[in-house]
Amino acid sequence: MNAIALPAPRVSLLRCYALESKHEFLRLLRAPAFSVPTLMFPAMFYLLFAVLFTRSGDWQANVYLLATYNVFGVMAPGLFGFGVSVALDRERGWLTLKRAQPMPPGAYLASKLAMAMLFAAIIFVILAILATTLGGVRLPVSSWLSLFAVDLFGVLPFCAIGLFVGTLVNGSAAPAVVNLIYLPMSFLSGLWMPISVLPGVVREIAPLWPAYHLGQLGLSAVGQTVVGSAITHIAALAGFTLVFLALARRRLMRNG
Amino acid sequence: MPEHETGLCARLLGAGKRYGPVTALDGIDLDVRRGQLLALLGPNGAGKSTAIGLLLGLIAPGTGEAQLFGRSPHDLAARRRIGVMLQSAGMPETLKVRELLAQTRSYYPDPLDAAECAATAGIGDLMDRRYGKLSGGQQRRVQFALAICGRPELLFLDEPTTGLDVEARQSLWNAIRTLVAAGCAVMLTTHYLEEAESLADRVAVLARGRIVAEGSVQQIRARVAQRRIRCVSALRLEAIGAWPEVRSVCRDGDRFEIVTDEAEVVVRQLLFEDTQLSELEVQRAGLAEAFVEITREAA
Repeated sequence: MNAIALPAPRVSLLRCYALESKHEFLRLLRAPAFSVPTLMFPAMFYLLFAVLFTRSGDWQANVYLLATYNVFGVMAPGLFGFGVSVALDRERGWLTLKRAQPMPPGAYLASKLAMAMLFAAIIFVILAILATTLGGVRLPVSSWLSLFAVDLFGVLPFCAIGLFVGTLVNGSAAPAVVNLIYLPMSFLSGLWMPISVLPGVVREIAPLWPAYHLGQLGLSAVGQTVVGSAITHIAALAGFTLVFLALARRRLMRNG
Repeated sequence: MPEHETGLCARLLGAGKRYGPVTALDGIDLDVRRGQLLALLGPNGAGKSTAIGLLLGLIAPGTGEAQLFGRSPHDLAARRRIGVMLQSAGMPETLKVRELLAQTRSYYPDPLDAAECAATAGIGDLMDRRYGKLSGGQQRRVQFALAICGRPELLFLDEPTTGLDVEARQSLWNAIRTLVAAGCAVMLTTHYLEEAESLADRVAVLARGRIVAEGSVQQIRARVAQRRIRCVSALRLEAIGAWPEVRSVCRDGDRFEIVTDEAEVVVRQLLFEDTQLSELEVQRAGLAEAFVEITREAA
């Protein structure tokens, strides 16, 4: 009981973080309502719109949609993974217990972030396989690597937005709220069809959406023509991340 | 004085908290010491959860201070010496008990062996079940296992036996007694006064954010002079009710139950008036009666 004189055994932070992440991953994998749509929708949409029903010619649907469905795919683990699970953890008192336990600060969010990145990586692999086999996409290795980097980086702003939603609403409302953000934003950011074919007003307001900036980065990675410089898009995404993190932090400090 | 001499594990110093116009806690002082079980009692809304929240660092005090082992409750090193079981802690339903236990054990420098911990909490046969598939009582036992897995020096138990059957409650009580005997300090909140009566070394009664009574179970009970007399008698109910020392009397057939502050006077009178009186029994008020009385006075 009394550990004053003895050289005390230490807590392995690495082990805490690893277990926390592993369990976060298992938890989501065992929740089919999360894992199935998150992993299958981007692949399904790619098959439908880039492989089966594509009218080749004026735009390279197989390449364009590879980039944008990657973006569409990596939005989900952040938005749903954080949004729904933080809302549930808060509502059920699990987050309160973890804050009372000697959990290393940061382990909670870091594990959810790691999980979101892992899901993003899996989505990248699934789409890459579909694109190179059925989609007939041929890209230099550097493009694949760039797209993968965009995917991993792109998880961040959506984790921050998801976290904010999770601090705002309860567990039963969270999926609906997240869908209301996710689906319209995907459309308005040109992830389902090129933004150039959408009405002018949609193009005007597109820079308001983080998915638009990430979409441009993804398209640029696979060699499509894009609007604006990479630096601007990266800065915008970093800005969205910081703003939503700050908002979420304020909510958590106030309401626990 | 250093903490290992005083045995002080947790302390509230003039700790107060307001939520808008509502005073949840009105500047209370409270100590929890090694090897001692402190039961914090009080009606709903008395400030029990706020007091615990302050000590766990979940709530920032508006006035005064909360300390764990002489440090801030936010200090990770201090919190590694505590174990926590909260009233509502809905854990991820898809995780297995084994995984939940491994995760919480990883937070502590020298945790109990998983099997040993499971045996103490009585969850050895649940380890490979998913948390969401367990009954309420089983979930409670898992939460207890997580609370004790880090060999805590101070254990917070917030309504630990809600939803447990009699047998599970008894075995949890035994586990708590063993921990206290080994030097662990426990801060318990409960709605079951028999639980406090059976386990507590000290009792603090909260009402409207203030501590209105504090002491051993004996001392708290002694604050209420009332005693309960039971007997079988042929006397009339109205006759006994008319005696000035009698607070209340009720009858079930020929069995009487009389509440009084002066049991000796009443017993003498009973025996004088009814020589056939039988099955006489005098009992001091239990913690439950004391609790009702104390919180009524405070209101």
